[in-house]
Amino acid sequence: MENLNSYLIVSAVLFSIGTIGVLTRKNAIVIFMCIELMLNAVNLTFVAFSRYLGNLDGQVFVFFIMTVAAAEAAVGLALFIAFFNNKDSIDVTDANLMKW
Amino acid sequence: MSNVLSLTTFLPILGVLLLLFIPKDSKGVLRNVTLGVTIVTFLVSLIILTGFQSNAEFQFTENVPWIAAGPFIMRYNIGIDGISLWLVILTTFIMPIAVLSTYTAVDEKVKEYMICLLLLETGMLGAFISLDLFLFYIFWEVMLIPMYFMIGIWGGKNKLYAAVKFFIYTMVGSLLMLVALIFLYFKGMEAGITDFGLLNFFSLKLDMATQIWLFLAFAFAFAIKVPMFPLHTWLPDAHTEAPTAGSVILAAVLLKMGTYGYVRFAIPLFPDAAQKFAPLIATLAVIGIIYAALVAMVQEDVKKLVAYSSVAHLGFVMLGIFAFNTEGITGGMLQMINHGISTGALFLIVGFIYERRHTRLITDFGGLSKQMPVFATIFMIVTFSSVGLPGTNGFVGEFLILLGAFESQLRWWTIVATSGVILSAVYMLWVFQRVMFGELDNPKNQKLSDLNVREVAIMVPLVVLIFFIGLYPKPFIDKMEPAINKLVAQVHVSSVNAQAIPDAEMPAGHPGMEQMPAGHPGMEQLPAGHPAVEVPSSPHAEPVVNPHEAK
Amino acid sequence: MFDNVWLIPLFPLIGFLINGLFGKKIKNEAIIGGIGTLMIFLSFLVSCGILMQMIGLPPEQRVFEKVVFPWIHSGHFKADMAFLVDPLSVVMIMVVTGVGSLIHLYSIGYMHGEEGFYRFFAYLNLFCMSMLLLVLGSNMLVMFIGWEGVGLCSYLLIGYYFHKKSAGDAAKKAFVMNRIGDFGFLIGLFTLYWWLGSNHNIWTVNFMEIKAASHLLPYGGVVTVATLCFFLGATGKSAQIPLFTWLPDAMEGPTPVSALIHAATMVTAGVYMIGRMSFVFIKSPDTMMVIAVVGAATALFAATIGTAQNDIKRVLAYSTVSQLGYMFLAMGVGAFSAGIFHLMTHAFFKACLFLGSGSVIHSMHHALHKVHSHDDAQDMRNMGGLRKAMPITFITFLVSTIAISGIPGFSGFFSKDEILWQSFSNPYHGNLNIVLWGFGAAAACLTAFYMFRLVFMTFFGECRINPGAKSYLHESPLVITIPLMVLGTLAAFGGYLGMPKLMGLLPNYFEHWLDPVFELSTEYGSTYAQHGDHLSHGLEWGLMGLSVLIAIIGIGIAFTMYVQNTKLPGKFVATFPALHRAVYNKWYVDELYDYLFVNPCKAFGQFLWKGFDVLIVDGVVNGVANTVMGFSGIFRYLQSGYIYNYAFSMALGVVVMLGYFIFK
Repeated sequence: MENLNSYLIVSAVLFSIGTIGVLTRKNAIVIFMCIELMLNAVNLTFVAFSRYLGNLDGQVFVFFIMTVAAAEAAVGLALFIAFFNNKDSIDVTDANLMKW
Repeated sequence: MSNVLSLTTFLPILGVLLLLFIPKDSKGVLRNVTLGVTIVTFLVSLIILTGFQSNAEFQFTENVPWIAAGPFIMRYNIGIDGISLWLVILTTFIMPIAVLSTYTAVDEKVKEYMICLLLLETGMLGAFISLDLFLFYIFWEVMLIPMYFMIGIWGGKNKLYAAVKFFIYTMVGSLLMLVALIFLYFKGMEAGITDFGLLNFFSLKLDMATQIWLFLAFAFAFAIKVPMFPLHTWLPDAHTEAPTAGSVILAAVLLKMGTYGYVRFAIPLFPDAAQKFAPLIATLAVIGIIYAALVAMVQEDVKKLVAYSSVAHLGFVMLGIFAFNTEGITGGMLQMINHGISTGALFLIVGFIYERRHTRLITDFGGLSKQMPVFATIFMIVTFSSVGLPGTNGFVGEFLILLGAFESQLRWWTIVATSGVILSAVYMLWVFQRVMFGELDNPKNQKLSDLNVREVAIMVPLVVLIFFIGLYPKPFIDKMEPAINKLVAQVHVSSVNAQAIPDAEMPAGHPGMEQMPAGHPGMEQLPAGHPAVEVPSSPHAEPVVNPHEAK
Repeated sequence: MFDNVWLIPLFPLIGFLINGLFGKKIKNEAIIGGIGTLMIFLSFLVSCGILMQMIGLPPEQRVFEKVVFPWIHSGHFKADMAFLVDPLSVVMIMVVTGVGSLIHLYSIGYMHGEEGFYRFFAYLNLFCMSMLLLVLGSNMLVMFIGWEGVGLCSYLLIGYYFHKKSAGDAAKKAFVMNRIGDFGFLIGLFTLYWWLGSNHNIWTVNFMEIKAASHLLPYGGVVTVATLCFFLGATGKSAQIPLFTWLPDAMEGPTPVSALIHAATMVTAGVYMIGRMSFVFIKSPDTMMVIAVVGAATALFAATIGTAQNDIKRVLAYSTVSQLGYMFLAMGVGAFSAGIFHLMTHAFFKACLFLGSGSVIHSMHHALHKVHSHDDAQDMRNMGGLRKAMPITFITFLVSTIAISGIPGFSGFFSKDEILWQSFSNPYHGNLNIVLWGFGAAAACLTAFYMFRLVFMTFFGECRINPGAKSYLHESPLVITIPLMVLGTLAAFGGYLGMPKLMGLLPNYFEHWLDPVFELSTEYGSTYAQHGDHLSHGLEWGLMGLSVLIAIIGIGIAFTMYVQNTKLPGKFVATFPALHRAVYNKWYVDELYDYLFVNPCKAFGQFLWKGFDVLIVDGVVNGVANTVMGFSGIFRYLQSGYIYNYAFSMALGVVVMLGYFIFK
């Protein structure tokens, strides 16, 4: 596996897109998807390194991340629904009660 | 039967699981189930009581591996001896009473309240039975949280202030204790101790400087909990704001954590430092007795008055413990139980009238004797128990404390403390007079109903115990005395070592040198005639009386 | 019989439990009162049995200890629930149960129709039990249960009319003053226990064991400290200077209570306690002197106040304080059996006086009530000429008054004269003896004066009661007059038990009876006694005559002022207004105590609470909290509440850290 770099570049690009998305978008669902994007970018890196180094540790971690992401999706969506029920909106700027 | 102690401790947690399945609207079921759980716990704890042998050993021990994190090895190491036995029984005994007192007092968030109560019980029991320092610390913290919520959620109008004050006060102390605990553990590792088991540390010979620092950290944490003057100001606030059951548990059991901590940990772990600080602690205790009594005298709120009286009572307990002789410590232990019973009862009594009138100001009452004769009788019995009238439990404890302290080097302190006996009569009788005697002139008081069956049922066990301990304390004393004798021996053996310290300053090769544990630089720093040295090896064996030596 | 001594306190306890728990349901006054009286009477019978058995025994076998059950055992300390039967405690149980039975009987009539009738009898039984524990206790701790128990009952009974503020106040005052005394008792106990234990390894609070070890105690020194502390206890319980002010206030309680508790039994506990531990007290000459001086001073001081009071019960109260002073004087001069003897005769005549005054008040109250008058039924200024309406009360009252005044042939004469003679002739106090005797004699004169003043104002002269009420005045029922007659008889003839040797008509039975108890004390005393010239019989006769003369002078003055020329008292008051005001207001002792102790205590408590607790301790605590809050007040603006702000700062942080590690 000679072209590790290309995998890493793809994953870096994906991660940056995700980060920028989280920072700039106001829609909670979109932010959420961006987070998923970041997680998957990391997954890609793990798999690539796993392949490159020839051991399975990275792939094991990927499984964990996927599980966490799934759990997160469930909890996160439940939160959004609850939030939407209260505020009729899923805009994160409306969720600003946690401040001074 | 071997794990009956664990069973007692964790039954309330099982009760919590049970409560989770009960809908929160069926308040009656919630209350009854909680009551049932606490009663079963009490009954199970009676198995411990009957199976307990009157000797100095730890019994019903369980010791299994728990956490092993690198060098830190914590074990689930529990057991009881005569010192903790009665506190465990007191806890399980007071809990059903506390639960029963909430039947009409708490009507909101009943489920959460009951869960808090049960969690609290496990926390308290766990702290009393832990023989592993770390386990103790965990239970110590576990107690804090339900109590915090009980004050903060179901409290009076100033509840948040009181709850936070309670929490932070206690937390400051426990963090110091945690640091000291970890430090102690490292010291122990140097000497080859491999886990946090309390008994391991008893044989650890620490040098004086280390002992002093560690003792101070522990003593500070416990002093806040006791509470000792001048760290007591959280108590009146917490008591006034807490709901009745909270106050009862706080007074009856939680405060005992502090005094128990001294008896179980601070004194036997650091006996030399404890002896060195005995005069200081006794001074604070005596100031507490007089101070709290004087402040109690001028209170306008009955509950606050009772809270301050707690401070005075606990001052007696501390004085007894720091007498370092069998009589004093027995008195102290007995007084812990007595205080639990009579102050618990006083808080219940305040709760009864608060429920009826929604005020606790003394001036709002007067002449209630006429309207509530049963209440008056019970109130009077409890008042006199609190005052320490002979024939009631309060007397036996107070008397032994004062006797023990008088025999020890704390003679002058005792004389001042004894005058607290006068003051306690003043404030208790004064409040009794103002609430119960006089004309029944307030129209709101003229329709008050006397105690109902449930309320009488709450009070009867307490009243029975008041007289039982007062007239026949033998079973109580017999069970605790071997353990106390052992503690006294621990302290005094150590003080013999402390007396050998000046010898260590003699030229090398002196035989006294070999008795000293190796590698204790602090030992040489002690000047000759250090206060700890002056402590007589046994106060009972003072050869000739010198009236000045007590100074 | 000795073995059954535990029955004596048990019976009243049973009575207390029955009446206390079920009295409210029983309702029937005859049953309630009957149970109460029967129980104490049963105790009286057992006491008689014990007395009989003891008379049959040779003097050296008259000590018996009965352990009922082990009580407090801890370390060295050991105190059992145990009773001691010896001549001294037998005298006391006879007085307590005997006089107690009579007063119970009297109360059935006196308390008739009162609200809480059952409560009264329950408390009265409880009191008797406590008092019996006090006198029977074989160690200091059982004595202390009784000691505080009687204080408790006194509290309950003084506060019996709890709706009256004055009653509540008086009850509290009595208890607190007693507690001050108890403080002394405890310290004394500790001192004695600790000293014997640490020096001789005798750890005991048992009277007989202390007695056996008493030869180890030094003369003076630590014994002085211990005994002075015990004496402080005695002053509290027995209303001596400085702790006497509670007793007159205690008259707020019903009259039988005043008779039983505040005249015949409880207040004599201090005297009994000194008698019980005479072998310790006598070892400290200083304490003996203090006791004698305090006793003599109290006798005189209280007597002066008694001369100016108008409330019939208050006069008797001050008289009690004064007579208790005599008993302490006797104890202080080493005349222990004389002191106990006076205790007994005093129990007879003072109980009779109180019950007589109760009978008067009862009748007055009834009469005034009939005409709806609000006149004070206890004020002697509203009485007068009652001897015709109440002949039995009058005669018994007169007999007792003669007895207390020390007229020869009546009981008070024998006991009081013995005390006066001993205070003059004792070998302990040297030149102080003259002063002690002088105080005693002056008090005797005043006693005769104020007691006859009371009799003249109440029973003689014209009737000053509300005219309409006059016809309703009548003699009390039999249940009240029978106790009066019994006690009156005892007041008249009880003294012949202890007739002075000098007269030679009868042997001094009483002194012989108590000899085994006080033998050792006298022996200790003789080691430091100063044996002066032998005092002749002539002198003794002379002093006896003098004290009789003094009493007659007192009676004479009273007769002139209150029968012959009733304007004299008014003139006297007009001539010395300041003196009268001071005496009438009890020399302002209460006010002085309020000013010196009560008010400063309250003010100090207020200061500690508001000044120290709230301001300083909480100030520091809240100050720390506020400082932290101040800082967090600045930093909290970092929390905008917008999630992208947090995310951005997180990302920024990552970038900065990465940058640092890459470019460093």
